[in-house]
Amino acid sequence: MKIEEALEIVSQTNPGMVRSHNEDSVAQEPACGLVVLADGMGGYNAGEVASGIAVSVVATEVCQILRDASPTDRDENSGEELAIVLLRDNIQKANASIFQASQSQPQYAGMGTTIVSGLFYDNRVAVGHVGDSRMYRLRGETLETVTRDHSLLQEQIDCGMISVADARMSKNKNLVTRAVGIDAEVAPEIHVHDVLVGDVYLLCSDGLNDMVEDEDIQSTLYAMRGNLPLAAEQLIQMANDNGGRDNVSVILVKVNSEFAAPQGWLAKLINWFKK
Amino acid sequence: MAAKLILSMDGEVIREYPLNKERITIGRKAHNDIAIDNLAVSGEHAAIVTILHDSFLEDLDSTNGLEVNGTPTKKHFLQNNDVIEIGKYKLKYINDQVSQASSADFEKTMVLRAPVKQAAPSAGKPAETSSFMTTQVNQSAKLAEESVEKTGKFGAHQPPSPPPVNQPAAPAAQAAAVQILTGPNAGKELELVKNLTTLGKPGLQVAVLTRRPHGFFITHVEGANRPMVNGMSLGDQPHQLNDHDVIDLAGVKMEFYFKG
Repeated sequence: MKIEEALEIVSQTNPGMVRSHNEDSVAQEPACGLVVLADGMGGYNAGEVASGIAVSVVATEVCQILRDASPTDRDENSGEELAIVLLRDNIQKANASIFQASQSQPQYAGMGTTIVSGLFYDNRVAVGHVGDSRMYRLRGETLETVTRDHSLLQEQIDCGMISVADARMSKNKNLVTRAVGIDAEVAPEIHVHDVLVGDVYLLCSDGLNDMVEDEDIQSTLYAMRGNLPLAAEQLIQMANDNGGRDNVSVILVKVNSEFAAPQGWLAKLINWFKK
Repeated sequence: MAAKLILSMDGEVIREYPLNKERITIGRKAHNDIAIDNLAVSGEHAAIVTILHDSFLEDLDSTNGLEVNGTPTKKHFLQNNDVIEIGKYKLKYINDQVSQASSADFEKTMVLRAPVKQAAPSAGKPAETSSFMTTQVNQSAKLAEESVEKTGKFGAHQPPSPPPVNQPAAPAAQAAAVQILTGPNAGKELELVKNLTTLGKPGLQVAVLTRRPHGFFITHVEGANRPMVNGMSLGDQPHQLNDHDVIDLAGVKMEFYFKG
């Protein structure tokens, strides 16, 4: 089954109740199974610029290459799957573009962005992220985080200094330990996960998970998984009802059927003719 | 403005100690930052580790232990106005600075970064950060003060703003419930305690009742038939419920009402 028929994707972004402009950016490319979300930071409009560059670089470049290649192809040098290489390379490419812009133009000095991206292929998803924008997965009734924040608070949780419950009371929120565009290099974290029919994936900026408890995110996704646009609207509404102190963005991806990559010489031949 | 501890005994303030170091020790021996010369206090009794705006109290295996707000504790994440008791001594923790989360400036996401050497392109691959140990965390926190990016005004002082910090979903003004009027479950009452309550069966007909700050709403989620409220079919928009509205969902009637 073709990827765009297997997945249902909706996205929504909202400036929230306090901020005057929206520094989040989102993109979806159903034809190549790609979703990208970024939460920019920096003065004036630099945050929007940074997240905009990140999202457009990753979305366009990845899809461009996938027109003539399959995400399951192996990279000649590293032996890794192309899906992984593509996400890593293009997050790094976005990093270079943002860093260059911030070095050459004073109004963009110090801008940066988080990013979270998912590339769906062959009944799997490759997830690449930097910073504290998250991917969650609803499978059955269980909501789990797929990504782990690159933040001071997460590091404190990891080394046992602070419990997850206490972390909600911390005054050290919103301090990320990795970001795209602030240094000449960045190390994106990339993992590949198996995908099941019925899964719902949520990509969001911290404007959602800072304002809405995981329990409420879970009940919304579970109750409204039959109506994704409504679910997206409801999530944003809950963040805004609770104060909406930051921009809120969500991308929802629901897996409606399997999407195994074509295998065998016949499939490859047919694919080859399709080009 | 750093947080501080106020040492007192029998209601008499003895001294104030600013938490201006990453680690402050409390004990009987003179080398402690807060030395309390009393036999009930162990040589090295407790330590307080401060990372940016958060402080953590830890009992250093003292003989007589310590209490926070009357509860014996080994380890505790200190909150403003907590009272630490060691023997007859009390230490009140004051951290009344504006939380990041209540001020727009503080709330902006900021980047904590490693020293400049990592920025140099020649430094090769960026440092592996996945196996952060406590010491490294402390180190990156220390760096924060100086190297928080220009993207956020870290040191800006704002007048304290009254709204509470990061309160989970503000409860709606009133409690409410639905009572089923027809069908096999007639008479059953369902109290709307959650922010979102699902009605119906997935795949057939689903509606949700949502609790918002200004009231309760019903929204059609899926299914060919739409629920009705007082005989009127629902549109795509959430519909606010009034006291004693009658909902008809897949032939089952139920009444919405406010409680108490």
